[in-house]
Amino acid sequence: MSSQVTAVSGASAWEGGKSPYATNSKKFGMWLFIISDALTFSALLFAYTYGRVSNPDWPKPFDFTPSIIFSSVMTFCLLSSSLTMVMAVHQMNHGNRKAAGGWILATMAGGLAFVGLHLTEWLRLINVEHVTPANNPWGVPQFGGTFFALTGLHMTHVILGVTYLGIICQAVFRGKFKAEDVEVSGLYWHFVDLVWMFIFPLVYLMSARVA
Amino acid sequence: MTFSKVWIALLVLTGIEVFLCYEQLPTMIMLTLLVGLSVIKAALIIAYFMHLKFERLSLFLTLFPMLIFCILLMLIFLGDATRVPLMRPHL
Repeated sequence: MSSQVTAVSGASAWEGGKSPYATNSKKFGMWLFIISDALTFSALLFAYTYGRVSNPDWPKPFDFTPSIIFSSVMTFCLLSSSLTMVMAVHQMNHGNRKAAGGWILATMAGGLAFVGLHLTEWLRLINVEHVTPANNPWGVPQFGGTFFALTGLHMTHVILGVTYLGIICQAVFRGKFKAEDVEVSGLYWHFVDLVWMFIFPLVYLMSARVA
Repeated sequence: MTFSKVWIALLVLTGIEVFLCYEQLPTMIMLTLLVGLSVIKAALIIAYFMHLKFERLSLFLTLFPMLIFCILLMLIFLGDATRVPLMRPHL
């Protein structure tokens, strides 16, 4: 906070005329959105936990092959796409638009791999294990409801994120948009990654079928 | 490079989580370990990838107290969930 002390005595960062956060408004807006979205996800995670604690016979349907392996690879995809997104922001800050666009494309590939694996896993649960949002073979209907709501909302975020990055990417290649726009889209992408860091252990690992 | 180190740390922590879930630990201990590791991973992502470590402290102080406060409010009635099974009629 000491960096906020200005040369003019009595002048505060909060007196107007400049950003007290030393960021542009797009970035601050994205941060506000991220915090409110974090609340949405924490409410859904809480609903999942509440349903789970109140049902002692909660099912543990995830075998090591394929579910845990799939979800671990999905975690790897998201973590790696976060790294490529950081590289994109880094290159954009140094004015290398081509390199930045390439890294954004790599990020989108990671996101698409995640969605593909997740949909495969969903279809296996629906068609092979006969889990639906309202019913499942293990007699705890809340499992399907909370599972599909939580992972479905997260998958929606990933799909929207890939779309968002696609729009940013084509603009970067065409010489439009500034470095801060790439950075703001990066913030959103890292947030999607961040949410998965909680869904993966709480939904998948805690429900792993241990022999 | 810092970002690659953070990425490797995140992968290692994920590996530890997957390993832990196949250890026969009591549920509460495993939950605490998994959530603890996840909070560390989240902090790494927020601090380095989302760059918050290098922003002004006022940004962090504006954003996060409300999130923590709301999560604590939700946790207050989590204890109710443990009583729900006892209140069910026995069929």
